[in-house]
Amino acid sequence: MTDVSANDLQGVTDAEDHHGPTDRSFVRIAVVLAIITAIEVAWSYLPVWDGAEGAKMVAEIGGLLLMMMLKFVIVAGWFMHLKFDKPILARLFYAAFVLAVVVYVAVLAAFEVFSTATPGYTP
Amino acid sequence: MSDAAVAGVTHADHADHPPTSTGLSNEKLGMWVFLGSECLLFGGLISTFLLYRSKVLPDIPGGTAKPLHETFNIAFTSASSFVLLMSSLTMVLAVSALAQRNIRGTRIWLAVTALLGMMFISGQVYEFYEFVNVNGYGLTHSPAWSAFYALTGFHGAHVTIGIVMLVTCLALTFSGRVNGDNPETVEIVGLYWHFVDVVWIVVFTLVYLIK
Amino acid sequence: MSSTDAQLALGSGSGTAGKPLGVFARAGQTTGWRSWVTTVDHKRVGIMYGAAALFFFVIGGIEAMLIRLQLAQPNGNVLSADQYNQMFTMHGTTMIFLVVMPIGASFMNYLIPLQIGARDVAFPRLNALSFWVFLTGGIMLNSSWLLGGGADGGWFNYAPNNGVMFSPTHGIDFWNMGLFLTGIASLVGAVNLITTCLNMRAPGMTLMKMPVFTWMSLVTQFMLLFAIPVLTAAQVLLAFDRLFGARFFDVAAGGDPLLWQHLFWIFGHPEVYIMILPAFGIVSEIIPTFARKPIFGYPFMVFSGIAIGFMGWGVWAHHMFASGIGPISVAAFSVSTMFIAVPTGVKILNWLATMWGGKLRFTAPMMYSVGLVTMFTIGGLSGVTHAVSPADTQQTDTYYIVAHFHYVLFGGALFGFVGAWYYWWPKAFGYKLSELHGKINFWILLIGFNLTFGPMHILGLEGMPRRTYTYYDGYNFNLWNMVATVGAAIIGVSFLYFFWIIWKSRKDALAAKVDVGPDPWDARGLEWSIQSPVPTHNFDYTPTVKVFDDFWYRKYQEDENGTLQPVATAEEIAQPGNGEGVHLPSPSYWPLVMAIGLPIIGYGLIYTKLLVIPGLLIAVAAFVGWVNEPSTDPEAGHGEPHDDEPSPEPAGTAAEDATEPETEADSAEAPVTEEVVAP
Repeated sequence: MTDVSANDLQGVTDAEDHHGPTDRSFVRIAVVLAIITAIEVAWSYLPVWDGAEGAKMVAEIGGLLLMMMLKFVIVAGWFMHLKFDKPILARLFYAAFVLAVVVYVAVLAAFEVFSTATPGYTP
Repeated sequence: MSDAAVAGVTHADHADHPPTSTGLSNEKLGMWVFLGSECLLFGGLISTFLLYRSKVLPDIPGGTAKPLHETFNIAFTSASSFVLLMSSLTMVLAVSALAQRNIRGTRIWLAVTALLGMMFISGQVYEFYEFVNVNGYGLTHSPAWSAFYALTGFHGAHVTIGIVMLVTCLALTFSGRVNGDNPETVEIVGLYWHFVDVVWIVVFTLVYLIK
Repeated sequence: MSSTDAQLALGSGSGTAGKPLGVFARAGQTTGWRSWVTTVDHKRVGIMYGAAALFFFVIGGIEAMLIRLQLAQPNGNVLSADQYNQMFTMHGTTMIFLVVMPIGASFMNYLIPLQIGARDVAFPRLNALSFWVFLTGGIMLNSSWLLGGGADGGWFNYAPNNGVMFSPTHGIDFWNMGLFLTGIASLVGAVNLITTCLNMRAPGMTLMKMPVFTWMSLVTQFMLLFAIPVLTAAQVLLAFDRLFGARFFDVAAGGDPLLWQHLFWIFGHPEVYIMILPAFGIVSEIIPTFARKPIFGYPFMVFSGIAIGFMGWGVWAHHMFASGIGPISVAAFSVSTMFIAVPTGVKILNWLATMWGGKLRFTAPMMYSVGLVTMFTIGGLSGVTHAVSPADTQQTDTYYIVAHFHYVLFGGALFGFVGAWYYWWPKAFGYKLSELHGKINFWILLIGFNLTFGPMHILGLEGMPRRTYTYYDGYNFNLWNMVATVGAAIIGVSFLYFFWIIWKSRKDALAAKVDVGPDPWDARGLEWSIQSPVPTHNFDYTPTVKVFDDFWYRKYQEDENGTLQPVATAEEIAQPGNGEGVHLPSPSYWPLVMAIGLPIIGYGLIYTKLLVIPGLLIAVAAFVGWVNEPSTDPEAGHGEPHDDEPSPEPAGTAAEDATEPETEADSAEAPVTEEVVAP
């Protein structure tokens, strides 16, 4: 089984700074993405999460979100070339992304989506 | 931000393409600016979904409501997601081919990307068909399903537009308008395509995997 | 007039007569109405934005007058309750989306390239598209009057009232479709102007040497870029509910009306800063000119604008204090709203400090600018009182709020815009608007404006509710409502006077064959270093900028005592306006065609799906035509429609290179068309 750890990715970056990844590197990155996806799906199916609450739920969701963000950054950084382009592009895009996350998380918080309190008026 | 002064006065009789202040082309900068705005659009639809995901109505009055994820076919959607993910690979290969002036390679990879995109859309259509016709869960069923279709439908519309752009690029390689001298055109279409894939990365996790 | 001759390119179209689709000749007219409908020149686009906005202003003004006539006396019977609902909804929607925003767009389009030393915006055809889609969207919105009545849920159209159950006419559907279109226009314009500001500045013009107006415009465009999609999301939910029976705001099914409110106001609050920041920028140009002093605290002006741009995203729920969002949310947004007064306060102080000790000239533009500073301050003060949420609980939904936002929007943005018309008119058209009449007009407007909206503070605190079609006798509302109506009539008269001033000034200028020269006001920005009216190609050659207010310091230098000494006149410095060898983007039909196809889709969605097909076909034809526009036109930075329907136009970047010989020297010289790799 080919070693497709994060180190492998780092080696790719060092070698191809300034010009972007080679075609072979792209294929390797795609394999990494596929593997992360497989882990994600498996993670969501783990029986240990059944009926999870509190810390367990945080772990379940946190793990999924982490893998999601990892794929996001890999596609944005390598496939979309942000790692190799002028910094302004990454700054613009991630600023927009952060703004969206902050604003929408605030809205969802206002709807108490993140709380486990039972809905209804508590005097 | 690179706002260093660009040297030299550009006189009309010299430059066809005056250097830009950032060193990036207008097209590339413009596409990234646009993709920034798309984060806000999809964020709104995603948040609506997250808010409404549990607001399902029972199938029969007084019965129990069936949560969305019990209707989902995660295995099928995972396969669809894999297809879209791989289309990002074929997209960068198309861009790379054009940068190496390999027009034939460009055409092949553009065509494959478009095909993979169409496979993804077909998968979505099939899924929706199953949900609506087999299970009866259409747009009008309940807020949860409305939110689901709005989000995934919008994403699907964006993928479709991307396919149109890919096919357009492909056609333009035949007319010579897209050639080895201007690989950036395909790169910029690629940026849009990858973004649409990135949105799906988020949607797949938040909608399908997180219960 | 756009050049259609093949000339040496400055990276723009040559307009040779190719035949797209083999049928229609490439647009190439330089005069007449056809040159206007096919123009891609940012100056003409800007002028059209302004003219269209003034037309909609008249409509919105008539709507306002009808409201005021209805409210002049208790138990009014000028309008029924239903008509009244339509009137205030359409008045608000029109003034915000079809007047204030497009006037801002008018100035931003006209001035940004001139202020940064560019020949046009980054994507000229997209620029034309923005205007035409705005226009057809505004027409579509107003066609509701003829097709069953205007929207009637308030300009903010809260759910579930905005649904079919409570608003069964098509009014809100027209509102929705019309605003989808104006939203596309704004979004496309934002991509265009952001790219322009970031990428097309003259050599030497770093970001911190950009004029304040350009800076405020850049912040505004970023706010538009991020705020419009949020409104679009809300509109999508509404459209799905109304047109396709979705359940987003079906309360019985579990829908939450607050979702609409949050999404709407996440757009809605940045929206009000979008409306005021260009006017702040305008005033920051005018006051230094007529105080003969540089703007006080330029970095503070820039950073306070950026701060407003950021903080504007953190205050939206102050529009929802009475909606039941809970004490924690209310407290948080109350505090954040109080903070946002600070950067605006900084600007007010800086304008005053600019005037302090300056050699003041109270020309018409200066008076309107000082008018903005004073009237906006009044509106800002009432705004601060709203921030205190317990106080707002009494104020909300009363005329006290109506007073506030008219002071900041009318007294702020509109006063600034009128001042801008007086200021930049000679630059655009080669003659000044009458100074004498302008000053008289100012006083009439000031009096009428304050008579109309001043008393509304009192009415609001005495309990007069908003959006209520009449009031009974005996509430103490009678006197001030009558005063407000009289004031509104005076406002109407003052704008009729303004239109007359335009007509008269032009007539007199033509008769006297006046030539104002490049710099009639002895001003500071790059736009005054070229001839008036501005030549089609803007600059004969791209200027090099060394300092902020570069043009000023080529006219004046400080001697050993610190006094300004003239070193050259504007006429000596100004570029002569010789367009030889300059290549301009070619005109195009396709933006207009696209703008016609899109509303047809909208009508189809409302009435019959059959109409969607021709609309879609027209839009697709426009896309195809656009993409295939003659490839022999080298068009740098051309035509990538970044909105949801059309898609990048490869022909532009492809065409750029098609006419260049493939040499290594070329690749080195034209980095902008190759993939740029970070060093």
